[in-house]
Amino acid sequence: MIRAGIVGGSGYTGGELLRLLHFHPEVEVTQITSREHAGRYVHTVHPNMRGVSRLQFIHPDALEACDVLFLALPHRTTARNIDHYAALAPRLIDLSADFRLRDTEAYQRWYGEAHPAPEWIDRFVYGLPELNRDALRGANYASGVGCNATTLNLALYPLANAGLLERVSAELKVGSSEGGNTANAGSHHPVRSGAVRTYKATGHRHMAEVQMMLGQEVAVRFSVTAIEMIRGIHLLAHVDLNQEMSEKDIWRLYRAAYNEEPFVRLVRDRNGLHRLPEPRIVAGTNYCDIGFEMDDDGRHLVLIAALDNLGKGAAGSAVQCLNLMHNFDECAGLSFPGLYP
Amino acid sequence: MNHNVTCVECDADINIPTDVMENELLACPDCGVELEVLSLNPLTVDLAPEVEEDWGE
Repeated sequence: MIRAGIVGGSGYTGGELLRLLHFHPEVEVTQITSREHAGRYVHTVHPNMRGVSRLQFIHPDALEACDVLFLALPHRTTARNIDHYAALAPRLIDLSADFRLRDTEAYQRWYGEAHPAPEWIDRFVYGLPELNRDALRGANYASGVGCNATTLNLALYPLANAGLLERVSAELKVGSSEGGNTANAGSHHPVRSGAVRTYKATGHRHMAEVQMMLGQEVAVRFSVTAIEMIRGIHLLAHVDLNQEMSEKDIWRLYRAAYNEEPFVRLVRDRNGLHRLPEPRIVAGTNYCDIGFEMDDDGRHLVLIAALDNLGKGAAGSAVQCLNLMHNFDECAGLSFPGLYP
Repeated sequence: MNHNVTCVECDADINIPTDVMENELLACPDCGVELEVLSLNPLTVDLAPEVEEDWGE
């Protein structure tokens, strides 16, 4: 059993980490921090943990050494204090965007300032197990992943890897929990409830992670629209292929990429109500569901994918990274199959 | 008799029960399509006829 700490534990990803790690057979969460809620029981902020965890939040200054620290802090906060956290734990998993990008110029372009700790960038492994499994095995430092980027990366990777993408135009519909737990004018109920609001038509930061993982040469465009949903991302991508393919070809390609993946499922049923991926089905899970439908011309493919932004798009992938870094069963702590209906 | 067939819809390998009968309907575990066993020797399947519906239209 290893001792884990969660830094920045009052946010939604911190709460999701606590929920997952509490039932992990190899992990005991021994400390969780929050400046605002220090001294309070965790269930006062994460009410689903009432009667489950008796942990109390501690002030970040009270952090003690442990085996692994999950850092669920605002962007740039981790990088500014990385030496401090590294002195407390031999393994770090940072869910912020601070150590996702390999390129400091790309970081400056997308995040608007020079990287606070560039000397640390190469020590981190990008934390997407499906595309980085070998590098994550035994690693000491893993980054988190962008939730929108992960949806795109997993959905497009088999096609990008095979060199089949000519152009991708995508729309991501996302839930309100992507905005974090700090209220703002956009999250005010009369504004947010019932919204279908495109808040980023172009230039979303997660493009940097897509380009990093799929290649700069792949022409991917995407927009992000907030809809009436709490957890979840729904991707619909119109993909122009550079050669004619059949739907069977797409099946073969995606099977070859993902048949051995425990958390990627192909969903393209001919029958039933749920023939293509839906965010509601994967809420609370570590699954990314991917489906597709080929247009008659064999060059236009519609890709659909769904995941939970707090699960596979954040805390779930982080726990999967933990499992790889410690050589645990990769699925440990991540077996929840979701709820239906 | 070979008891594996390939789904005509998605190319999945499907293991067929040894006591399968002609005209029996099978579902592909990957894409869910219904397949009809057209012959046993050689083992041949094709898409089962569907009642047309307006699902999602």
